[in-house]
Amino acid sequence: MRSSTPKMAGTALVLVAGLMLAGCSSKDDSGDTPTASGSESAAASGDLSIQPVVQIDTKGEEVPAADTSNAADPAGDGSAKCDPVTIAMAGALTGPNAALGINILNGAKLAVDAHNAANAGCQVTVKEFDTEGDPQKATQVAPSIVGDKSVIGLLGPAFSGETAAVGQVFSDAGLLSLTASATNPDLVKNGWTNFYRGLANDAVQGPSVAAYLVNTLKFAKVCVVQDDSDYGVGLAAQITSGLGDAADSSCAAKVKAGDKDFSATVQIIKTAAPDAVFYAGYYAEGAPFASQLKEAGVTAAFVSADGTNDPQFVKQAGSAAKDAYLSCPCGPAPEKFAADYKAKFNIDSGVYSVEAYDLATIMLKGIDSGVKDRAGLVDFVKSYDGDGLARHYKWDATGELASALIWIYQVK
Amino acid sequence: MSTETTRPTLQLSFSDKLRLWWDALARPTQWLIGVPFIVFIALLPVIRPPVLTTVGTDFGGVLAQFGMYALLAIGLNVVVGQTGLLDLGYVGFYAIGAYTVGLLTSPDSPWNLTDDWLSRDWAWLFALPIAIAITAISGLILGTPTLRLRGDYLAIVTLGFGEIVRLLADNLTNLTRGGQGLTKIAYPVAGVSESRPNGVFSAGNSTAPFNSGTWWFWVSIVFIIIVLLIVGNLERSRVGRAWVAIREDEDAAEIMGVPTFKFKLWAFIIGASIGGLSGALYAGQVQFVVPTTFNVINSMLFLCAVVLGGQGNKLGVILGAFVIVYLPNFFLGRTELLGIPIDGNEIANYKYLFFGVALVVLMIFRPQGLIPARQKLLAYGRAIYVATRKAALALNRKPAPAPAAATDTEGGAR
Amino acid sequence: MSAVMSAGQVLADGVIDFNVQSLVDNFWALTIDGLTYGSIYALVAVGYTLVYGVLRLINFAHSEIFMLGMFGQYAMLMLLGFTPRGDAYTQGTIMTVTYLLLAMIGGMIVSGGAAVGLERVAYRPLRKRGAPSLVFLITAIGASFVIQEFVHFVLPKLTNNELGGSIAQQPIRLVVPSVQFSVFGAEVTNVEIVIVIAALLLAFATERFVTLTKFGRGIRAVAQDPVTATLMGVSRERVIMLTFLIGGLLAGAAAMLYTLRVPSGVIYSGGFILGIKAFSAAVLGGIGNLRGALLGGLLLGVMELYGQALFGTEWRDVVAFVVLILVLMIRPTGILGESLGRARA
Repeated sequence: MRSSTPKMAGTALVLVAGLMLAGCSSKDDSGDTPTASGSESAAASGDLSIQPVVQIDTKGEEVPAADTSNAADPAGDGSAKCDPVTIAMAGALTGPNAALGINILNGAKLAVDAHNAANAGCQVTVKEFDTEGDPQKATQVAPSIVGDKSVIGLLGPAFSGETAAVGQVFSDAGLLSLTASATNPDLVKNGWTNFYRGLANDAVQGPSVAAYLVNTLKFAKVCVVQDDSDYGVGLAAQITSGLGDAADSSCAAKVKAGDKDFSATVQIIKTAAPDAVFYAGYYAEGAPFASQLKEAGVTAAFVSADGTNDPQFVKQAGSAAKDAYLSCPCGPAPEKFAADYKAKFNIDSGVYSVEAYDLATIMLKGIDSGVKDRAGLVDFVKSYDGDGLARHYKWDATGELASALIWIYQVK
Repeated sequence: MSTETTRPTLQLSFSDKLRLWWDALARPTQWLIGVPFIVFIALLPVIRPPVLTTVGTDFGGVLAQFGMYALLAIGLNVVVGQTGLLDLGYVGFYAIGAYTVGLLTSPDSPWNLTDDWLSRDWAWLFALPIAIAITAISGLILGTPTLRLRGDYLAIVTLGFGEIVRLLADNLTNLTRGGQGLTKIAYPVAGVSESRPNGVFSAGNSTAPFNSGTWWFWVSIVFIIIVLLIVGNLERSRVGRAWVAIREDEDAAEIMGVPTFKFKLWAFIIGASIGGLSGALYAGQVQFVVPTTFNVINSMLFLCAVVLGGQGNKLGVILGAFVIVYLPNFFLGRTELLGIPIDGNEIANYKYLFFGVALVVLMIFRPQGLIPARQKLLAYGRAIYVATRKAALALNRKPAPAPAAATDTEGGAR
Repeated sequence: MSAVMSAGQVLADGVIDFNVQSLVDNFWALTIDGLTYGSIYALVAVGYTLVYGVLRLINFAHSEIFMLGMFGQYAMLMLLGFTPRGDAYTQGTIMTVTYLLLAMIGGMIVSGGAAVGLERVAYRPLRKRGAPSLVFLITAIGASFVIQEFVHFVLPKLTNNELGGSIAQQPIRLVVPSVQFSVFGAEVTNVEIVIVIAALLLAFATERFVTLTKFGRGIRAVAQDPVTATLMGVSRERVIMLTFLIGGLLAGAAAMLYTLRVPSGVIYSGGFILGIKAFSAAVLGGIGNLRGALLGGLLLGVMELYGQALFGTEWRDVVAFVVLILVLMIRPTGILGESLGRARA
């Protein structure tokens, strides 16, 4: 041991010399590229946030935001009477995808707590069921939900994969399955009579964003990069077909969830020099990908969707996130909602929190109006027509929103 | 045999006493006790005993998963426990089994046969033997080149194999749809009735207690029994003795004339096909497969089941599988336990930590697992055993009767 | 199904597209990046090789030692007052070097300590009992579960959610990659230069240490013949501890270099794949052989990137695993052959 210490110290000394090089070059760098230099960019990234830009339809054309002043209020008029009932929430509450599930759960809790506080005569409980986002786990959880007779409505399942695995269970049980986040377009093609989606699906998001990129932003060449998740693969297919000729297949690339180094993909994109890069995946990979693109000197606009539309994206990518376009079927959180949410849970509201709040509110409206059983709640939602915080809610026969719109956000 | 006099005060663990008692029973009596016991286990999801029944997840579904893991544990036990080959990529076979059924019967797959000539009602049953055959072949393909490697190298190669299978499922998107998974996989249609329009095995059959989980659990039990009979017979045959010889000392076995490579390969193939069987059951129950289900971490979990339960002991590894599947689910969704408030989801989160600690602690203090294996190598081992036990009992009237017999069985192993 | 996706993807009949053009176009860039990764693999591989040489044991938990090193250097940077943010800090040459060195020391302390601790807690009791190698391997797997899950669930509780948890640490970056010069049209960045030079220096120092010092002789002696070495007065236990310590220190240094290259890679699950690859590198070069680890690391790093260019980015890990399997098939003792003692004596 004793004799090893000087050896290590010697090594360290030699290393200093090596690292000097790094230091030198990082100094050179600050001279070459002023954007990356210390304090200013820190200030800049500190101020960056995801701002709503415009709401668009499938042709990429602007649709004025819905007036939220008439949004349904979960508190109601405070005179509702009902027997104690339960709303179930199913989604990933633990495991790697827990953040999304928790966004949804908290949004729903916010609505239900507001309702319970205002209506002493009608107390509704939220019961949470953890699927870990895992289809097999979901098949174990679903019968528990169905078997719990106090549950008259379900908010979830959260992910498309698990919904595909267990949707039939809820359909057979006649239990309302109102999802705030499962956006796979195929889900409504199963003939389920109880499945309603509170937001636009990927088949809307893809073409809408693609049309917006081509028609409004005038991008002629877009590289579509996808991760290997259900969501990423599905969205990339929709975007690619929506972009048509603008999607350059020679620079399309695939990454994997968990990847942190994208140098190969960055190289491909740098060579292709597109107008924009569309990333179909989540922020955990999207953020380092955006920074590495920027570091490599790629000036193409960074475009991504709801998986990346998270404050964490801006935090992790820093100034590389600046000007990135992020689409989302989710509406922007109104200020009051965001403030209430923050006050209650001590974290910022995230993607789908508003949807969860709205959908829980719709179920609460149903309960307040005297619905006592599962069938009643399905009927209530089927004929529901009203505003929420995020948008107007009215469903068509298949369970999709009658008018499904997409929001474009930008990091500013 | 001589040891019995030197260790007259040997303390026996509970499992040893249980084993002694069980081994001493006559065959018919064993059946008489065993069959009702299995029936009792099978009826667990129907009885749904209080406290034991899981809260956050459906008990039937949990037991169905237990059934599949039990099969996996038995299969892996053949490889790891009996033959002493450390296979860290066992999840690969599970995946191949599940994906074979998925590819043959899911409407999403280009190789779907149910559109052409195969009735969807029978598709699962049709795909089951194919899945087993394909996994057996994949075991052969992996085993032939790799089984010449020494133990720890083999572990890493199989680990690589497990990852490759998952990555193939993820990357061959035109075939497997990658991360989107294969949906609507066929399941056996049986017991169709008014209230169960798709039969008892459909995921849609969710009314407890006779829901699809329970039915799949029963199917698993049937397969477990069949597999146990086959593996048990193999174990008592020349093959089983060769496996043990290889495990204990491969070089010595080779010198003694055991064709080690051939028998290792057999163990690998049999283990693989049992994994494939379990995978096929998985595909039928969940009716949906995605690559993320087959992460290598699951391989470690299967290994955990085998090591925890007792390598080489078939019943032990089933217990191990039960612990692995049941324990996290026991806590999931529970807010109180026997009156004490707990955060069950939080506890369930720690499952891997717990299993990791269990592996380390077990390896240090009890490497043989919860229910250790005792070898009965001779074909007439049982008869000899009973006879010697009687003799020992007669001899040791005064001291505790058990030790003689215990050392006897242990002596048989080495 | 989308029939619209790109090259580098698999056709319905299961044939993989080759993109030879991409390999040819980017050959030198890939080589340089491959060498960068390769030198990180090499440093980690030394840990596998040393332990294997001395104990004939695959320290499966070494990947988690590396992962702890990433957290070690991250924690050190936080102690130095850096807060995670999206943009790189620019501190000037001297300070950047100092901070990087301190971070490296942080990583080395944590990794080295963890490696020795692991040996003490998990392996020593088994060795005392003379357990078979399978038992060691299973223990190692258990230990890597424990370490991973500790960082996943327990560490955030201890550090008020500053460290650990299920998502990656927000990056703290001290150096922005910037191009220094070109080789055959391939750009070489400062980060790549630093990683390769630092890794080569460390590998060289380790090799000298094992070859020249008294302790190094002890290691080689035990590797060659434990019984005789013990008879000659070498403390086997001490040699083993030293072996784990050196392996851990190098893994910690490698962790810092890796984070330099991949700033967002600090996550509880971040060691697993890298560990397997480093092990593959060790086997490729000849496990138990120090120079082999270096050679294997560099080769694997480069091959992996060539493969990635050839088949598409999603095939990178598959390439690494296939290389491992092929090497074991064709030449199980690796390119330079096994044995720590003999090859270098």
